[in-house]
Amino acid sequence: MSKDPDAIINSPEFKALVARQWSVSAVLSIIMLGVYFGFILVLAFDKGLLGSMITPGLSVGIPIGLFVILLAWGLTGLYVYWANDKYDSAVNAIRQSLRRN
Amino acid sequence: MDQFTSTIGQPNITSILFFFVFITGTLFITYFAAKKSKTTADFYAAGGGISGFQNGLALAGDYMSAASFLGIAGLVSLRGYDGLIYSIGFLVGWPIIMFLIAEPLRNLGKYTFADVVAYRLSQKPVRIAASIGSLMTVCFYLIAQMVGSGALIHMVFGLKYEIAIVFVGAVMICYVLFGGMLATTWVQIIKACLLLSGATVLVVMVMAKFNYNPVELFAAAQAKYGDKVLAPGGLVSNPWDAISLGLALMFGTAGLPHILMRFYTVPDAKAARKSVFVATGFIGFFYILTFIIGFGAMVLVGQDVISGMDKGGNMAALLLAEVTGGTVFLGFIAAVAFATILAVVAGLTLAGATTLSHDLYVNVFRAGKANEQEEVRVAKIATLCLGVVAVVLGLVFKGQNVAFMVGLAFAIAASANFPALLLSIMWRRFSTLGAVFSIVTGTTLAVVLIVISPTVWVSILHNPTAIFPLKNPALISMTGAFIAGWIGSVIKRDERAESLYAEQKVRNYLGVSVE
Repeated sequence: MSKDPDAIINSPEFKALVARQWSVSAVLSIIMLGVYFGFILVLAFDKGLLGSMITPGLSVGIPIGLFVILLAWGLTGLYVYWANDKYDSAVNAIRQSLRRN
Repeated sequence: MDQFTSTIGQPNITSILFFFVFITGTLFITYFAAKKSKTTADFYAAGGGISGFQNGLALAGDYMSAASFLGIAGLVSLRGYDGLIYSIGFLVGWPIIMFLIAEPLRNLGKYTFADVVAYRLSQKPVRIAASIGSLMTVCFYLIAQMVGSGALIHMVFGLKYEIAIVFVGAVMICYVLFGGMLATTWVQIIKACLLLSGATVLVVMVMAKFNYNPVELFAAAQAKYGDKVLAPGGLVSNPWDAISLGLALMFGTAGLPHILMRFYTVPDAKAARKSVFVATGFIGFFYILTFIIGFGAMVLVGQDVISGMDKGGNMAALLLAEVTGGTVFLGFIAAVAFATILAVVAGLTLAGATTLSHDLYVNVFRAGKANEQEEVRVAKIATLCLGVVAVVLGLVFKGQNVAFMVGLAFAIAASANFPALLLSIMWRRFSTLGAVFSIVTGTTLAVVLIVISPTVWVSILHNPTAIFPLKNPALISMTGAFIAGWIGSVIKRDERAESLYAEQKVRNYLGVSVE
């Protein structure tokens, strides 16, 4: 692998890295956007749904709201787990091969 | 339950004691930080020596304002479920920071997000435009915080509004001026720990009265105030309003200069990711706590007492602390609220001062030729000026309705800062003209549209109908900023920027520069 930046970004290893990082980021972002905007659109169009009671003291909206909060945190955790496990080793492999040349 | 008379507004010995311990402790830290803060890297980024976990706590401390603690607890206490919708909006921007912004920001920039936008582009025009977006976000956010803090301190401690503002300004200037990012970071970490532990203790004391079962608490609220407190009310009614506000909160978080600059305090991209995970966890946990605190106040204090003290419900958490733990606990929570204000305004002032010195003075006015000593000196002068401006604005806007300014700050951040940042990272063809168009369009649209929206045109200027229908302009202003960025880049291509894209991309992904 040469040290010319154009050559690096066109190398198959780098392209694979970018494609994987981008697909993970895009999928996780779309999940977050979809869930959040889904939540507020349900709020806007069907208030009754989230206001209906499961048992006294617990409406449907409360566990759903809690779920959105936990999901936001869970998705960041998932990303950290993936990046520490897969992404960093791919980055290191490319860095190594750059150093060898 | 008997109506109880609160001691809020009278001097509280515990509160003053806790408060002096906090001020003494943080000024002590500032003294040591001052000895270590010599270079620009120290002043702006604590020398990059903050760990991922510490930065996560500091991010949470920077983001959880007194407005979100007292304001959201109050909103929940008076309107029930609607308060939760509000907090969720403030949380969902964090995963977006993680997936799209944190690592490129850490790898490509040095001290400000404008470093990333200007990485390949012509320094002067891009830095000037980015500084406008940055400073407007910081100023509107700062006005809202200062006015809120003056009113709060007046209400809680009985101190005069003007004295409260000057005091907050003076302490905050001390932190930033002498201790730079290192002192600011530790103030934010201590504040986050105090706020999280204070809120947790408050929740445990409430839950003890309900067999540690939140459903029992909600059922008590339902029995007292009806089903409506557990159901969504009027907060989200028009779907377009809801989407526009949602966009502002989600992408605005990813464009707040004081949040973005914290990513330069950690050593690498790995620590940057960890800090977002830690921050998101703590902020999410905090919002769950405020939900319980709000319901606790609704049931144990009562809505009449809460709204009798302050129409917006801002005193709910403090009243609850007094009901559950007496004046000693009230004193502790009040001191925590004060610490919260100081930490947030310090972070904002540091971000503003960094923009003035690093982006405007060094890279525009001196064309990048200033030495370390000169830059630190200018940064300190900028801190002092901005601190004084914050105090003056706090005094000027006394008694004004400034709640909309937080929404406006988020709208500008989402429209001026976020699109330019994202396009500069991801799009090879993004040109200097495109960046300037995007930032100017985003800022102008956000400001002009909010003035003619129901938020200002009707609620503040008392006109009968609004010219622009949405309460928050982000749907139009953010879209407009992306389109303007595209148009500018198509009209005038930037050959040099395109040729540098490969090098930027290598550094973005690998965290190292080639050559």
